[in-house]
Amino acid sequence: MLRFMLRRLGYGLAILVGVNLFTFFLFFSVNTPDDMARLNIGGKRVTQAQIETWKTERGYDKPLYFDAAKTGTEQFTHTILWERSVSLFALDFGKSDARQAINIGHEIKVRMGVSLQLALPLFILQVIVSVAFSLLLVFFRHTRIDFWGVVLCVLMLSISSLFYIIVGQFLFARVLKLVPMNGFAPGLDAVRFLALPILLSLLSRLGGEARLYRAMFLEEMGKDYVRTARAKGLSEGRVLRRHVLRNALIPIITSAGSYLPYVFLGSLVFESFFGIPGLGAFVIEAITGQDFAIVRTMVFLGALLYIASNVLIDIAYTWVDPRVRLQ
Amino acid sequence: MKFVLLWTDLALWLMVAAIVAYALRVRTQANLRNTWRRVLRDPVAASAGVVMALFLAVTLVDSIHVRPALATTDGSTVYDTRTLSTLDLLLARQIAMREVSYSAPLSAYGFNKESIVDAQGQARRDYPRLKFGGAHLSDPATQWGGDVARRAALGLAGGAAIAALLFALTAAALARQHQGWRHALADLAADRTFYPLRAVLVTLTVILLLAGPVLALMPHYHVFGTDRTGNDVLVQALKSVRTAFVIGALSTLATLPLALVLGVMAGYYKGWVDEVIQYVYTTLSSVPNVLLIAACVLMVQVFLDKNPDLFETAAERSDLKMLMLCLILGLTGWAGLCRLVRAETLKLRELDYVQAATAFGVSDLRIMARHILPNVMHLVLITVVLSFSELILYEAVLTYVGVGVDPATSSFGSMINLARAEMSRDPVVWWSFAAAFGFMVGLVLATNLFADGVRDAFDPKARSARPRLFVRRGAADA
Repeated sequence: MLRFMLRRLGYGLAILVGVNLFTFFLFFSVNTPDDMARLNIGGKRVTQAQIETWKTERGYDKPLYFDAAKTGTEQFTHTILWERSVSLFALDFGKSDARQAINIGHEIKVRMGVSLQLALPLFILQVIVSVAFSLLLVFFRHTRIDFWGVVLCVLMLSISSLFYIIVGQFLFARVLKLVPMNGFAPGLDAVRFLALPILLSLLSRLGGEARLYRAMFLEEMGKDYVRTARAKGLSEGRVLRRHVLRNALIPIITSAGSYLPYVFLGSLVFESFFGIPGLGAFVIEAITGQDFAIVRTMVFLGALLYIASNVLIDIAYTWVDPRVRLQ
Repeated sequence: MKFVLLWTDLALWLMVAAIVAYALRVRTQANLRNTWRRVLRDPVAASAGVVMALFLAVTLVDSIHVRPALATTDGSTVYDTRTLSTLDLLLARQIAMREVSYSAPLSAYGFNKESIVDAQGQARRDYPRLKFGGAHLSDPATQWGGDVARRAALGLAGGAAIAALLFALTAAALARQHQGWRHALADLAADRTFYPLRAVLVTLTVILLLAGPVLALMPHYHVFGTDRTGNDVLVQALKSVRTAFVIGALSTLATLPLALVLGVMAGYYKGWVDEVIQYVYTTLSSVPNVLLIAACVLMVQVFLDKNPDLFETAAERSDLKMLMLCLILGLTGWAGLCRLVRAETLKLRELDYVQAATAFGVSDLRIMARHILPNVMHLVLITVVLSFSELILYEAVLTYVGVGVDPATSSFGSMINLARAEMSRDPVVWWSFAAAFGFMVGLVLATNLFADGVRDAFDPKARSARPRLFVRRGAADA
């Protein structure tokens, strides 16, 4: 177990190094620090002196990959690549590129809390609702309920999540006036603001998830142990809950686990549509504002969370199925 | 007139050529022919295929571009800076019917009040008459309802007539196999034909009945209303179909080379090659997709801004951006298929015929190309049709985030984006949203249903997952 974990962590570290190199190459080779300075200072006439100060302030006044002027290891350490990578791995995210530079690390801490408030209840509800709905369909398999349920699923997964948001906002916030249109408040007030995004996000993913889970359950239903369970006189509901559900948990964890990074990163679209100041909205602001420091940090953070959630998924496997051994 | 071959046009036409080549290949190979026959005999998949074919037709008509010659005084030829497609030429009347601002579907009046000076020189605030929508009516208040109803009925009748003709033609074509056209018609009605022709014809009838009134009303009204700048919404929706198709098809195609080559290599060579390839795709898929795409698109934008001499016209610029977006989607999205191909290759390489080929001294390259690649093609096909609809939905999200297609290109994403502000107006402007919704759901639903049919036929393991309520009778051994 310990050896497995260590190996996984080592591989994760290697992947992070890869992601870091890739994003660095992507961002800095097309867009030199001088261009970034010009873009961020703005205005028509940008003097070279202004550019130099901007670069010095942010530590971009060094060569990209290799400094021929230095000797020994300093040739590699006195570069933007080295300094940026080291600070990222130390989780010191530095300041953003924009003129009013903000502290990215602080911003992420504050916003991650907000994103969690939206995404954690959503994640839990998502699993429960999708499993419940698909179990219902499986219980009524080969009937009209199952057929039309699947038709509904296909229809629902053919509709863009943007449509759910726009119609939902129109219906619940504008016509029925049940919840505010958008915005956010800390504390218990948040419930009023978060109810609608959670509901709509649930609906927009339900079709695809429920159809997938239904197929998984049906695959389990064909196995021998289900026949045995029925033969010993268990009711259909009990067979489904006690036997089929427990055996189908592994693929369900795999599928639900792929959303785990987004529990922390938040949903880009939902947060920005509903004016929730989480990490998703942060990313969109950074993209529209072309703030590469923030985008680079978020790419790194996303990869980190992906690796962490994969380890969590592996642990969850051993937890639901004692036959699985981590080696 | 000068033909312009945009990059995406070239790619689309090459894709069509590839589809034709594939179809010819299917005809000569018995097992492929049988599998595709199974797809076409599935009523849902066949009907969805018809809808997709119609959308593809719109796309292709929109993919022949020209720059019209302008009249000059000294006899030299100068070409218009605007690039028009054949669809633009077909819809020239619609595009010319440009109003000032919003107008509701089929309306003869504008949506916003303006001050109008009437015959007596009195200024009053009222809804202005539209320049083109319902302009042929002298008194819309009394004539409008009758005129719209008459044209719609005419369109419906036309649609119904063509549908009836289609039924008759099908029956005539089937006459020889089904002992006379009467029997053929009866078999058609009772769904006793080899292919699910009834379902296909019903689908076509529904489409004709919808399209008939639209076509009949189009010359004199804005059937789906107009947008903020007075452009016809129907034209925009039709133009968006091409964008959706380009993104869906080209992005998927762009994933194939990397996914196939690397996947087969990883599975075949194993060892360190496998390790390296696995590392690369794990690294790639560990970054949240939207972020990765956003990062790449931002860089392409910077690159295009720095090199403005790569394109001649605005259309070429936005086209290049779209092609870049497809390439980015392809280069960031190959991990999933690569994983599947690798796993399948690992299985295939241990099979007897591959072992035999190795024993005969066939080179690695040849084994991979001749013996392994054709046997992973079903995975490719399933992935292509499945990711097609996902990408169409994805385009809308990317455009909303600001890293999608050029704002000048009409796409479902940009329509929805504008609709967001329109839906919060009072009274609400709903028609752009409704048009985008209708067209997009139609396209995505059709691709999803078709993809299900393809998956069922090519991957027998997944077959149990689809519910069957309406079992086709009599068709099994016709």
